[in-house]
Amino acid sequence: MDLLPLFFLGVMGGSVLVYVVLDGYDLGVGMLMPAATDEEQSVMVSSIAPFWDANETWLVLGIGVLLAAFPAAHGMVLGALYLPVVAMLIGLMLRGVAFELRVKAHGWHRDLWNWLFWLGSFAASFFQGVMLGRYITGFEPGFFFWMFALLTGASLCGGYVLLGATWLIWKTEGELQKKAVAWAQWGLLWVALGVGLVSLATPLVSETVRDKWFDFPRTLGLMVLPAATLGAGAWLWLTTRQMQSGDVRRDWRPFVAAVAIFTLAFLGLAYSLYPYVVIDRLTVWEAAAHPTALKFVFVGSVIVGPFLVGYTILAYRIFRGKAKAGLYD
Amino acid sequence: MDDALFLARAQFGLNIGFHIMFPALTIALAWFLLAFRIRYQRTRDAAWLATYKLWVKIFALTFAMGVVTGVVMSFQFGTNWPRYMTTVGAVAGPLLSYEVLTAFFLEATFLGIMLFGMNRVPDWLHITSTVLVAVGTTLSAFWILALNSWMQTPAGHTMDGHQVIAADWLRVIFNPSFPYRFTHMMLASGLTASFVVAGLSAWRLLEDASDRNAAKTMRAGILTAAILIPAQIFVGDQHGLNTLEHQPAKIAAMEALWHTERGAPLVLFAIPNEEAKRNDYAVELPYGASLILKHHPKAEIKGINEFEPDRPPVAPLFWCFRIMVGLGVLMLLVSWTAAWLTRKGKPAPRWLLWTLSGFTFSGWGATIAGWIVTEVGRQPWLVTGLLRTKDAVGEITGAQLGASLTGYILTYAALFIAYMVVLTHMSAKGAAAAKDDIGPAYGASATRGGE
Repeated sequence: MDLLPLFFLGVMGGSVLVYVVLDGYDLGVGMLMPAATDEEQSVMVSSIAPFWDANETWLVLGIGVLLAAFPAAHGMVLGALYLPVVAMLIGLMLRGVAFELRVKAHGWHRDLWNWLFWLGSFAASFFQGVMLGRYITGFEPGFFFWMFALLTGASLCGGYVLLGATWLIWKTEGELQKKAVAWAQWGLLWVALGVGLVSLATPLVSETVRDKWFDFPRTLGLMVLPAATLGAGAWLWLTTRQMQSGDVRRDWRPFVAAVAIFTLAFLGLAYSLYPYVVIDRLTVWEAAAHPTALKFVFVGSVIVGPFLVGYTILAYRIFRGKAKAGLYD
Repeated sequence: MDDALFLARAQFGLNIGFHIMFPALTIALAWFLLAFRIRYQRTRDAAWLATYKLWVKIFALTFAMGVVTGVVMSFQFGTNWPRYMTTVGAVAGPLLSYEVLTAFFLEATFLGIMLFGMNRVPDWLHITSTVLVAVGTTLSAFWILALNSWMQTPAGHTMDGHQVIAADWLRVIFNPSFPYRFTHMMLASGLTASFVVAGLSAWRLLEDASDRNAAKTMRAGILTAAILIPAQIFVGDQHGLNTLEHQPAKIAAMEALWHTERGAPLVLFAIPNEEAKRNDYAVELPYGASLILKHHPKAEIKGINEFEPDRPPVAPLFWCFRIMVGLGVLMLLVSWTAAWLTRKGKPAPRWLLWTLSGFTFSGWGATIAGWIVTEVGRQPWLVTGLLRTKDAVGEITGAQLGASLTGYILTYAALFIAYMVVLTHMSAKGAAAAKDDIGPAYGASATRGGE
């Protein structure tokens, strides 16, 4: 049964990746709100309204699996990340409630909730990035390690803006779509800078990662990841250029490219950290829960998993097509 | 109690207390929505559609409050009680995972379809979505109450070294107090939702007495409450007897019985004195406690003295239990009076509308008081007999906890005020206004599937 911890590592990694992509686009849309007009904001909100509750649930699943399958890591990780976690949670609370309340408010109340929606989206994104940075460095204290965390925080914001903008390209049309194309291009530059800096800094802040990256000849095989990331970025840039020249067909491509960038970055990270759940401290087997717990959850996941994926796809199919203003007014 | 323990408990208590209000409302409100939706399907009466659309919005807002505070909860198990996870994680973790897998995704996904899909999907799928949301909220209560009940009355587990592990999952889930606690909580949710439905509709009728939608909805809330409250009183009594069997110290503290005696009195009022271990200014009903708990006036009831030092504090249990029972009795009076006065379509008098409005959130009061009784009543244990609360805290410093507690208090206060303002505002405008609110559905039919 030694494979069970690996299964759950896969489930946990998978839910974190799905979370980052799905909540990433709606957090990104939240961060882009101030750049749009009132009417455009209404469309933007419509584009994420049917999905955001379920998107956020993937975070709970990731945490739930961490808790059920790797209880020792759950306490260690969340204890070490305490303050950024609290800041992120307050951000998520603010934006979730502001999302519901902004449409019911008028005048300066509405402005206030709009502002809180932006602030909450931004805080949640930024502190998720900070958590990532702290996690990669194994929660090391010290100035440079914290600067690294701030860098990952800023980079993740860029990534979410990119996801949000490409989502809007897919789900909107006309003037707003044109704006979204420009936002996506800025987002892409931001991501390129962020990914570049983080990639340069990561081997400097972690010896373990350095050893895994610069281990010839494996390093050569590893080069596939940055190469593919570059390719996805270039494709994204190209598709947005095409849209600017008036060809708005296949408007789903920029989003797919953005998802590809996230997936590749995630794979790189997973490769760098494996087999640790907490870098340099806990491997996946050391952190694994008792076999009685793993088996019980395994049965449940295998039965429920297909349904979960099925009805998630159903929901996205039902709400396919372009979003319209007023869904939520 | 040292600072970190106190702050960890204060923060967790605040969080869970704030969180429980929203599920307590949405669990049963989901079933109300289903009833409204089916009513509309059967009668094609626009009044029920308007009612459905108003309450689906109230549901969505309340659900969002539940989701965001629930996400916080999922993190706090680890941040505030790391030893809880290392000791009983092999039991608690899987139960929580099952809640996420079977309930959270179901309700969150179909909520989207329920809210925005009415013009996008066929009627049967929309009704099915409403059913699945209700099933989801109920399943979520099932799993979390299974875990909570297991912490109160653990069963079906064994030890592996220092770790508590499950030996028999069915016995873990259906532990001795679970059937009682689950039924009690489901009825509590039913009552909470009934009084919110009746109270907010009454609020609307005070604004506009001619609102037919509000009158119908109010009647639905009143009748549901009138039916559920006697059931709740019966189940509550049974739950109490179950507690007497498995957690006698909790009962002794609830009844403020300091010493074991035969023919124990029912303490109606007193100021429990923890230092002198006696009641001041007590007003007692002779033989009352023995009669209620053992159904015999001379029966022996164990007092707090039997459980020293592992026993809960008396005053909070004594008071909160009386608040819960008192509210329950008042809810019985109000709902039955209202059911009688509004029989056969009679318009409710204004004083009744004011009373119902006043009782809108009575369910929250009783639910929170009841949870304080059961949670504080488990102390000093986090998991009865297996893990003490003080042994579960981690190395988070008091300063960190203090800072985050302040942040949470400010956020919760702001969110709660906003929630209440919007709720009363929406209900005062009424269902007709809500109908006008609903704009064209997502990607309106003209561009359906317009890729």
